[in-house]
Amino acid sequence: MDADTKLEAGSANEPNRLKYSGRNFWSGFLFGLGMIAFIDEMVFHQLLRWHHFYDRSTMDVGLISDGLFHAFSWFATIGGLFMYADLRRRRAVWLTRWWGSVLLGAGIFQLYDGLIQHKVFRIHQIRYVENVIVYDIIWNTAAVIMILGGVYLLRRVQKSVKREEGRS
Amino acid sequence: MIVLNHSQPHGHSHSTAFFDVAGLGPQLILAFPFAVALVIYLFAAATVKKKGKSWQGYRVVLFTIGAGCALAAVIGPLAEWAHANFTVHMLGHLLLGMLAPLLMVLAAPVTLLLRAMPVKWGRRLTKVLKSLPARIVTDPAVASLLNIGGLWILYTTELYAAMHDDVLLHLFIHMHVFLAGYVFTASMISIDPMPHRTAYLYRAIVLVLALAGHQILSKFIYANPPAGVPRAEAEAGGQLMFYGGDAVDVFIIFMLCLQWYRAARPRGKMSQKTSAGQFTPAAD
Repeated sequence: MDADTKLEAGSANEPNRLKYSGRNFWSGFLFGLGMIAFIDEMVFHQLLRWHHFYDRSTMDVGLISDGLFHAFSWFATIGGLFMYADLRRRRAVWLTRWWGSVLLGAGIFQLYDGLIQHKVFRIHQIRYVENVIVYDIIWNTAAVIMILGGVYLLRRVQKSVKREEGRS
Repeated sequence: MIVLNHSQPHGHSHSTAFFDVAGLGPQLILAFPFAVALVIYLFAAATVKKKGKSWQGYRVVLFTIGAGCALAAVIGPLAEWAHANFTVHMLGHLLLGMLAPLLMVLAAPVTLLLRAMPVKWGRRLTKVLKSLPARIVTDPAVASLLNIGGLWILYTTELYAAMHDDVLLHLFIHMHVFLAGYVFTASMISIDPMPHRTAYLYRAIVLVLALAGHQILSKFIYANPPAGVPRAEAEAGGQLMFYGGDAVDVFIIFMLCLQWYRAARPRGKMSQKTSAGQFTPAAD
């Protein structure tokens, strides 16, 4: 029997996914972070125009943090997808792990954006209205839900790996 | 020639003498190298074809459009308008410092020259490219510092205002913006032979930092207009720099990732399987 078809913690279609489980995680994490930053830019800056390009109360460190995250997220979106393509050609895609890390990456960035960048560094507010606190709560709750969902999926994958190992 | 200018210390008045900063003289001087480069490129491509070797047509198109972008930024109505309006100046900066270099790097001019030249000349060119100064300048970190660092100095000091008074400074800065942009792009995604190729991860990290430096500067300009620039123009210029930078950088990132993807392809048994089209849908 071909060594490639040996079942290792997973599927016959993706025989190499255990070997590349780290790359699955980082591909998803980077893509999740990049995707949420892209949605932020497109929906909240461009379409709704709630976010401002620049807010006069921005701290210097906020400007730096914003620039670094913007650049990093641009790279992460593209790099994460290329890593996914690499996993596919290696027959090493692990979709549950990938989606788990997408949610984790997206949630962590959303939370960082919502708590540190919006509130501490004051790069801009979600919307320039009186009761912005409501928007903040929804924003950060959504972030926490994504993080929890990501952690749940990633833990489920870990458990299935352990079960497989116990069986063999 | 340039001494003439010093008799008119206030160059940004609208008397456009020939060697005024906004006059035709500096425009012609700046346009000359790009026109020559385009002619050499087209001539080299024709020579290569005549020799019976191949050269992709799309590269000729890329170089022509690239040189066209650079020319549009340094000569003609856009170049003249850029003296009076910061937003237009920024459009020129995007064309000269980002888009033209990207298109010209993708046109692989050094590879073309090496194919078109006699071998003896080619060896000399390779020697120059392998020299220590070339190695230092084409390191991604050095190239990024020259490129983005130069922009920070230009827009956060008196230099931007001084550039509009001094022809020499004007010429130097414009050539620097193009050359630094070219070397920067080449250090990241060159198809041409490079003195030394650096690791993909190193290039990726430096690229992110350089991109961040560019985007931070564009918001800084939005908030702190350079001396003599009206607030509305600085705000529009800053946003143009930000989003224009994003648009060009997305291609640099894409090309860098694509080169990694090709270099990191699995070899041996796996790759044979892949090429035989045995992909199966991903399943959990």
